[in-house]
Amino acid sequence: MIEKVIFYVFAAILLLAATLVITARNPVHSALSLVLAFFTSSALWLLAEAEFLGIALVLVYVGAVMVLFLFVVMMLDINVSVLREGFARYLPLGALVGVVMVLQMLLVLGSAEVDLASLTATAADAGAAETNNIRMLGNVLYTVYVYPFELAAIVLLLAIIAAIMLTHRRRGGTKHQDISAQVRTRKEDRLRMVRMPTDRNNDS
Amino acid sequence: MLALSDYLVLSALLFSIGMAGIFLNRKNAIVLLMSVELILLAVNFNFIAFSSFLGDIHGQVFVFFILTVAAAESAIGLAILVVLFRNRGSINVGDLDTMKG
Repeated sequence: MIEKVIFYVFAAILLLAATLVITARNPVHSALSLVLAFFTSSALWLLAEAEFLGIALVLVYVGAVMVLFLFVVMMLDINVSVLREGFARYLPLGALVGVVMVLQMLLVLGSAEVDLASLTATAADAGAAETNNIRMLGNVLYTVYVYPFELAAIVLLLAIIAAIMLTHRRRGGTKHQDISAQVRTRKEDRLRMVRMPTDRNNDS
Repeated sequence: MLALSDYLVLSALLFSIGMAGIFLNRKNAIVLLMSVELILLAVNFNFIAFSSFLGDIHGQVFVFFILTVAAAESAIGLAILVVLFRNRGSINVGDLDTMKG
């Protein structure tokens, strides 16, 4: 009973935050609402006994990705009024598409062909075998899925390299020290011997 | 006791909000990226719900990989956005017409 109350409260907060993400005028408010949405989803995942992923969502998304979003939003000088034009014009179409998609999914879920109750029945005996979510996840992640796991590491490395290569630029006009050029230099490059006629008239 | 359909309905609503966000904010590239994150979150909800109710851990492994790829995607997307802003001075999607596509 208490589980159901927690679920509905968090689901309401999640949907409210998601609506704020897409309707807020200021992109900073959108990003902060998305943080709230990730936090509540993490709580809902904990409720569904996916403890590792619930915590990973907070650590990876709220801790890393959303900070990146906030940095980019605050770094760029965004003219909100230009970006908002067309919002009212697309509102009916967007709402229509959203409502149609919800109705379609609910029709599928509510049809007699989909028997969700039978799926739920098997959960009790399967879940009783092992209760440690992280141990179960680790058991398959490092054995069955070891190659996909390493590919995921490569994907992350690729993302780091791509992001740095895209945003890094070498500006002209900056002064920096080139040590190899300093070491390579010879006397002839720097020193010029000048022979000047001495002026005798001055000292007499 | 919670039912599987509770999670699935919530996920469907979240997915539709993300989809409507793409329609509403078609000028603002940052909010577009955020809508994509919402859609991915809805898909992850489905995986978690089925994994939990069927007692099958493989769904959660899939969510793990989706989180990885989504993090990489948003990092590269934001990098492209920064480069775009540096070259154009705006992040309006309507200005992206150099290639006349």
